[in-house]
Amino acid sequence: MNLRWSGWALTAGALAMSSAAFAAPPTPAMLANACGGCHGTNGGSAGLMMPSLAAHSKEAIVDAMKKFKSGERPSTVMGRLAKGYTDAEFEAMGEFFAKQKLHVTNQNVDKAKVAKGAVLQEKHCNRCHNEEGREGKDETPVMASQWLPYLQLQMEMYLSGKRKMPEKMAEKVKPLSKEDLDALMHFYASVK
Amino acid sequence: MTLERRSFLKLLAAGAGAAGLPMIGHANTLMPKKGRRVVVVGGGYGGAIAAKYVRMLDPSIEVVLIERNKQFISCPFSNFYIAGLMNDMSTLTISYDKLAANHGVKMVYDEVTAIDPAAKTVATKGGTLAYDHLIVAPGIDFRTEEIEGYDANTAKAFPHAWKAGEQSTLLRQQLQAMPDGGKVLISMPVTPYRCPPGPYERSCLIAHYLKKHKPKSKLILLDANPDVVSKKPLFTKAWSELYKDNFEYIGAKKVTKVNVKEKLVSIEGVEDFKADVINLIPAQRAGDIAVKGDLVGEDKRWCPIQPVTFESTKHKFVHIVGDACAIPSDGPPMPKSGYSANSQAKVCAMNVVNMMNGKELVDFSGINVCYSAIDDHRSVSIAQVFKLEGGKVKSSATAISPADFSLGKEEHAYGESWLRNILTEMST
Repeated sequence: MNLRWSGWALTAGALAMSSAAFAAPPTPAMLANACGGCHGTNGGSAGLMMPSLAAHSKEAIVDAMKKFKSGERPSTVMGRLAKGYTDAEFEAMGEFFAKQKLHVTNQNVDKAKVAKGAVLQEKHCNRCHNEEGREGKDETPVMASQWLPYLQLQMEMYLSGKRKMPEKMAEKVKPLSKEDLDALMHFYASVK
Repeated sequence: MTLERRSFLKLLAAGAGAAGLPMIGHANTLMPKKGRRVVVVGGGYGGAIAAKYVRMLDPSIEVVLIERNKQFISCPFSNFYIAGLMNDMSTLTISYDKLAANHGVKMVYDEVTAIDPAAKTVATKGGTLAYDHLIVAPGIDFRTEEIEGYDANTAKAFPHAWKAGEQSTLLRQQLQAMPDGGKVLISMPVTPYRCPPGPYERSCLIAHYLKKHKPKSKLILLDANPDVVSKKPLFTKAWSELYKDNFEYIGAKKVTKVNVKEKLVSIEGVEDFKADVINLIPAQRAGDIAVKGDLVGEDKRWCPIQPVTFESTKHKFVHIVGDACAIPSDGPPMPKSGYSANSQAKVCAMNVVNMMNGKELVDFSGINVCYSAIDDHRSVSIAQVFKLEGGKVKSSATAISPADFSLGKEEHAYGESWLRNILTEMST
């Protein structure tokens, strides 16, 4: 009788737990989909202050998340959210976003600034911000088609020292004027 | 009391068991089902996303989204409109045309009147629809039966404005029409209710409106909970620093009786209270259709579900996401927020598709991010990550903004982008 009862209880327990017990750990898509509420479906942002994550390299996503988590990169909600994930989960998210196509935006940009920025990009930034910012070397993020207000805020944070510039970037940025940097932001925002 | 309301109460009294379920079956069939089909009920923060993601994950599955209204108006950010910081609700409003065109979601603008889990059909006013899986995202309705004297006209006189649209406009107009020196009362419900920080944000923004436009007026927030239940250090600081002259918080007090004619409410333990504007937010439960469809649990309020598939523990092939669902949780549950609904709908969609394709289910991973404004240019936030642990959903990180409001302006801007992104995700 005891056996029969415990067998029954086991079966009932297994049924009640079925979905939880036999589910696989979160896939890259499961982890990354949750980001979409702020960063858009598949990481294509419609919000002017939020970067698109689509088409970033895995290295770029992992690097950003680790820096948010440690606090090296200042943030509002990102540091708090990053603390909820493991490095392996950052890698999985990175894998997902790296597979997405560049999110192309249509923004009001200043044509003269775009032209000036194109020249500066070619001369100063091209080595890391490859393909007019559509790609990035190692952990360099995608700049192409990011929203202008987002780009401008990040540059402000770099210049004020709140966000730490990578050494190579600091060398390149040093000789550039504020107008030059503004032109570069307009250029990146215009790339499709 | 209207007929509809009376029969609904009768249904509640019957325990909403199988015997109490309305019969479906004789009405005409809408859109005969040919292949595999998911029907989604409700096109809000949860439902629209569930419909979209099922189609994105497997375009061979037909998705029908049934929604009462041609447009959806967001509750998040509607406090800006109520408090005069937004001229209209256009930035809060989306339609479903692009969602339908981009993803092949079939829209049915109708009201679901019954669910028959045995026959796997839903009834609308226009006819019945068959499904393989049903995703129900009904949001909330109110437990008005707990307030004596509350009838069909009460919400017009004392708007809850807890569903955005006409109700928001009513409250805004009442505030604007009120003479300087008037008294405003917000009465907020016990947990759990939709949008935990919402009433506190509303108190800040209405206090801000009064301070600026009607400085002799006063606002009182009556909290049915013993203490502030969301972002407490941030809201209490905002009240004491920004609104100490025109705002008062009273905890552990709720409205038990209303008198619309006299513009007064009875509060337990306090004498009757008169106010010029009364924003009465009643206690809540899952939306009516969840009750009619026998999806609510023993509490008769919320819908118990499995945390991976969001499948009802009461009826197979019926899934519930968003405000209406009660997820087995270890520690504080996911709040009933727009972001939670968005996140849950994606988990549900993925696992519904996996179930339909005979594939392995994938564990829950979700986020909640919620911004609340404390005045016209600063906001605060909460950010949370949720994962599955031992069959329950548990937060692996939860934190609010720094208490000195040092990020307030930045977060105000991020909040606007949040709204734009999440509404774009639902509507494109």
